[in-house]
Amino acid sequence: MTKQEALFTYLLRLADDRLILGHRLSEWCGHGPVLEEDIALANMALDNIGHATSLLTYAAEVEDKGRNEDQLAFFRDVREYTNIKLVELPKGDFGFTIARQFLFSTFAMLHYEALKDCADPQLKGMTAKALKEYRYHHRHSKQWIIRLGDGTKESHERIQKSINDLWMYTNELFFMNEVDEVLISEKIAVNLEKLRSDWQKLVEETLKEATLEIPDYKQYMQQGGRNGIHTEHLGYLLGEMQQLPRMYPEAQW
Amino acid sequence: MNFNEKSAFMEEQARLDEFNRKLEAGEKIEPKDWMPERFRKQLIRMMSQHAHSEIVGMLPEGNWITRAPSLRRKLILLAKVQDEAGHGLYLYSGTETLGVSREQLIEDLHSGRAKYANIFNYPTLTWADIPIIGWLVDGAAIVNQTMLAKSSYGPYARANLRICKEESFHKKQGYEAVALLANGTPEQKKMVQDAVDRWWWPTLMMFGPHDSNSPNSSELINWKVKTKTNDELRQSFVDRTVEEAHAVGLTIPDPDLKFNEEIGHWDFGPIDFDELYRVVNGDGPCNKERLDARRSAWDNGAWVRDAASEYARKQKLRTIKAS
Ligand SMILES: [Fe+2]
Ligand SMILES: [Fe+2]
Repeated sequence: MTKQEALFTYLLRLADDRLILGHRLSEWCGHGPVLEEDIALANMALDNIGHATSLLTYAAEVEDKGRNEDQLAFFRDVREYTNIKLVELPKGDFGFTIARQFLFSTFAMLHYEALKDCADPQLKGMTAKALKEYRYHHRHSKQWIIRLGDGTKESHERIQKSINDLWMYTNELFFMNEVDEVLISEKIAVNLEKLRSDWQKLVEETLKEATLEIPDYKQYMQQGGRNGIHTEHLGYLLGEMQQLPRMYPEAQW
Repeated sequence: MNFNEKSAFMEEQARLDEFNRKLEAGEKIEPKDWMPERFRKQLIRMMSQHAHSEIVGMLPEGNWITRAPSLRRKLILLAKVQDEAGHGLYLYSGTETLGVSREQLIEDLHSGRAKYANIFNYPTLTWADIPIIGWLVDGAAIVNQTMLAKSSYGPYARANLRICKEESFHKKQGYEAVALLANGTPEQKKMVQDAVDRWWWPTLMMFGPHDSNSPNSSELINWKVKTKTNDELRQSFVDRTVEEAHAVGLTIPDPDLKFNEEIGHWDFGPIDFDELYRVVNGDGPCNKERLDARRSAWDNGAWVRDAASEYARKQKLRTIKAS
């Protein structure tokens, strides 16, 4: 695998996670529990989709086959999407969305902190900018985890269930293969395994403060997203997202 | 009238004189100032209706975010709908200065006591509806809100001033996307003309009934809450929009539309006010869906709001105990 191929795949992984998560967040627009949260969730959707757009633009440039960011977003099918399964699960209730935000943004924050010495200047610039956003996403979701966990009996039960249900999708955050090896040797990527203990520490601290239980790390863990083996939900999501550009491939919007 | 009654009456008269003096001098009425009860009621009605419109208006556009045809359009639409939520927030806060809570206002929306802009009871059927809403509906809102930015009630004027800047941006982006469709493929041209055909008349209805039929208008104008009548605002919208339509080769669906050289305005055909009243009073294509969506968002969020207030209560107790 060449450095170029590895970088292209790496950028797609980052972009796909964020585009799909942003899509799920955007489904809340107009349906949040309070107006302030409508605004916050839309804001986080914007951060994710905006950042995904920059990543896809750069990925298209690295690929150098004449595709652009829109072609990468709208003309790849389920098997070519490389996001982890965690981000494609339906939005659920507000607690489920918050729990996913917390698990994902905690990881994204640590990941981007670790990329501060990335040898690829473009990726370094993009992730440094997005790091500020993920710090905010982390803080926002952490505060809600605590409020919901230590709120009413109902909210405690609901958020605990969401954390439990999402737990088996979290191992995929740390997925690595040859792509990572090639880029680690180029000092572009980092060893994600090294982030695991920090992630666990941050997650556990918050769950404890929220009076929630930490699920079992040794349970069955999902995998496959990075290789295009997804849940059944992604096909519906892409069907909705890609409908127009595929119906009118000649059109400019 | 005994002495006490007489002095209360005189005090009341002095307050009213001061209120009228401020209006006369073009000064703003602020929340701490005395104001007639009727003025307060009318403002609550008007401002909350405006706030509700921003929030309900998120729904017809919001449902296209996941289907926007390019990443750039998706980001623009998402940011726009988020702005509308922000407008709702300033306006609810502005209305709260009149002594009514946001919860009460929301309850009035959900029970059907309060109204919101009629336009949002129509469905968004194709992508072209999104740029058309930006151009026509935000365009109409600007005409109205530019006037309201000069309103005599300080918080309402300031909220509108802030809102107008964003609405102008929405309209600009909408019109730019309309122009692109109008110059696009044959399918896109058809799609955008069809959207103009469906949205034109409901947009004209946004300005409300004719002046001769508008019960609240003259009172609001006397108080300088509004400075122009419904018909004046509608005419200025038509004048600017017709030119914009022609510039990109779109046809306005009105056979009576004709430039009147004598008065320098565009004459337009009769508006179907029966439709306006019917839809305002509940019988429109999406009235039920819009209200159901708002109510279920609120009901489904009840456990979240309860948890937040329970957590805040516990935190307060803990701080008291610690000190
Ligand atoms: Fe608005
Ligand atoms: Fe707007």
